Amino acid sequence: MNYNLTEEQKLLKKLYKEFTVNEVEPIAGEIDEEERFPVETVEKMKNNGMLGIPFPKKYGGQGGDILAYIMLVEELSKACGTTGVVLSAHTSLCCGPIYEFGTEEQKQKYLEPLAKGEKLGAFGLTEANAGTDAAGQQTKAVLDGDHYILNGSKIFITNAANADVFIVLAMTDKSKGTRGISAFIVEKEYEGFTIGKKELKMGIKGSATCELIFENVKVPKENLIGKEGKGFSIAMKTLDGGRIGIAAQALGLAQGAIDETVKYVKERKQFGRSISKFQNTQFQLADMQTKVDAARLLVYRAAFNKDNRIPYSNEAAMAKLFASETAMEVTNKAVQLHGGYGYTREYPVERMMRDAKITEIYEGTSEVMKMVVSANML
Amino acid sequence: MKIIVCIKQVPDTTEVRLNPETGTLIREGVPSIINPDDKCGLEAALVLKDKYDAQVTVLTMGPTQADFALKEALAMGADEAILMTDRAFAGADTWSTSLTLAKALEKMDFDLIIAGRQAIDGDTAQVGPELAEHLKIPHVSYVEALEKDENSLILKRRFEDGYHKVKVKTPCLITTLSEMNRPRYMKVGLIYDAHREKEIKKITFDDLDIRKEEIGLKGSPTKVKKSFTKGAKTAGKLYKDLDEKEAAKLIVEKLKEKFII
Repeated sequence: MNYNLTEEQKLLKKLYKEFTVNEVEPIAGEIDEEERFPVETVEKMKNNGMLGIPFPKKYGGQGGDILAYIMLVEELSKACGTTGVVLSAHTSLCCGPIYEFGTEEQKQKYLEPLAKGEKLGAFGLTEANAGTDAAGQQTKAVLDGDHYILNGSKIFITNAANADVFIVLAMTDKSKGTRGISAFIVEKEYEGFTIGKKELKMGIKGSATCELIFENVKVPKENLIGKEGKGFSIAMKTLDGGRIGIAAQALGLAQGAIDETVKYVKERKQFGRSISKFQNTQFQLADMQTKVDAARLLVYRAAFNKDNRIPYSNEAAMAKLFASETAMEVTNKAVQLHGGYGYTREYPVERMMRDAKITEIYEGTSEVMKMVVSANML
Repeated sequence: MKIIVCIKQVPDTTEVRLNPETGTLIREGVPSIINPDDKCGLEAALVLKDKYDAQVTVLTMGPTQADFALKEALAMGADEAILMTDRAFAGADTWSTSLTLAKALEKMDFDLIIAGRQAIDGDTAQVGPELAEHLKIPHVSYVEALEKDENSLILKRRFEDGYHKVKVKTPCLITTLSEMNRPRYMKVGLIYDAHREKEIKKITFDDLDIRKEEIGLKGSPTKVKKSFTKGAKTAGKLYKDLDEKEAAKLIVEKLKEKFII
């Protein structure tokens, strides 16, 4: 095993860091306060080739790999959890299934502009009554000539208000349960497709999480991904990949909180000396960094497996479980080490703690991750 | 238009920390970067490339690790990169560095050579102008803005108290200031190209028409006699409970004592 970064990865990390420090960090507080989607950052990411890193150049991508892409999610999330998840949902959840399961025509028509960053992607699986129990889908797709007619709604859809292309799961044969679910590519301009209520959230406030409403939406037959009835399997595999992205987001949030805390404890003085001189501070920081490094190894291993076509579902679940719980624990401790100031919006750790919570919930809760991991053991 | 940008890989002095016990610089683990003035020179060249389809080559002299800086330059958009590396080049002062660079550049085709004003580790600002003298081409230093005008460049040269607007015929050399622009980011795809598709051309001693005595440490007229860390200043004195007038009077007295005013 090799734990060292290649020269190529070092240069990528240098770019990611410069970009995050100059473009993401200065507006992270503002987009949280204003609950504003970071349109300008997405535009800049497009200009620097950051919206299609793991896809081949012939489909508009950069010819990189999953590890290079999730390193960017990690770096962005050090400063801003919102920006991290915008990239993760676009790349893993929308570009990912088109690349892995789409036809050549679908890749040319949809993946190319998505990977180039000309269009932004989203993914719609969750419904009001179908969260972890994804099989309870109410959204229906009925074949009518050369189109499917979609009716129903989705909730909690990341990037929804700003996306152009959506992967939507819908029931094509209710009697078959999960085997009756199919996946479709839906464009935002399709008649009858509207974006509904925007959620008011605890964290990742800039990420425009909304409802999708389908009222007799005509989706061309050629926009079916894979075969009818394969949607559930496509969604689950897509989420396996997505979890590496969310784990990287959690990892970034945790590392960002540590970096802020290290700065703070060196500046803050109590009882006549810097609080970094107290052993409690030192031990807390040591625990925090050790866990974050352990999480990083799990996250990079999952990405490595995916890049090398080694099964990664279990590794992705472990990475997400551990990284997200570490993020919650570490951001909580970061706030504690900041004392009263940590509870104010003057310091970013307050935002990081709110942002971290969602990583234990979306794209499979911690409990679901435990189900995946234990299923591989028993 | 052919542009050659001379860059230097330097330690990132903003990341250098002090050992609190000894007061000396901790050099270990300090990342290397493209010297800021040089990076802005590269940006100026890339702007000319965007506008006039110029061909941009980056050139550096240094150890083999300096190829990291060259790859960064390629990832920003440079077309070609050259590394001058040889034990014979080591220990060079500004004279010997500029002479070595000149020997390589005299064999190359160029309309414009860009060098940064000065490196943050040496701060001499000598290599660029010396290089132009060796090559017998005109040079303009401290350039803050430039425009192309057929076979000439119109440059804004900064002085302490103003500017000169200078028109200079190409081929020429300019030295650039880091205030002139904000260098672009690398692009992800170009990082991959720099590592997978582009090759860094190497120039060694054998490629140059020069004797070993003329370059490197041997060819350097500057000899470093002693290298030391500047002693720390004594702790300041705190004057409390002064009103504004007393404070102003005290400041003036102290400045006079130190012959500052």
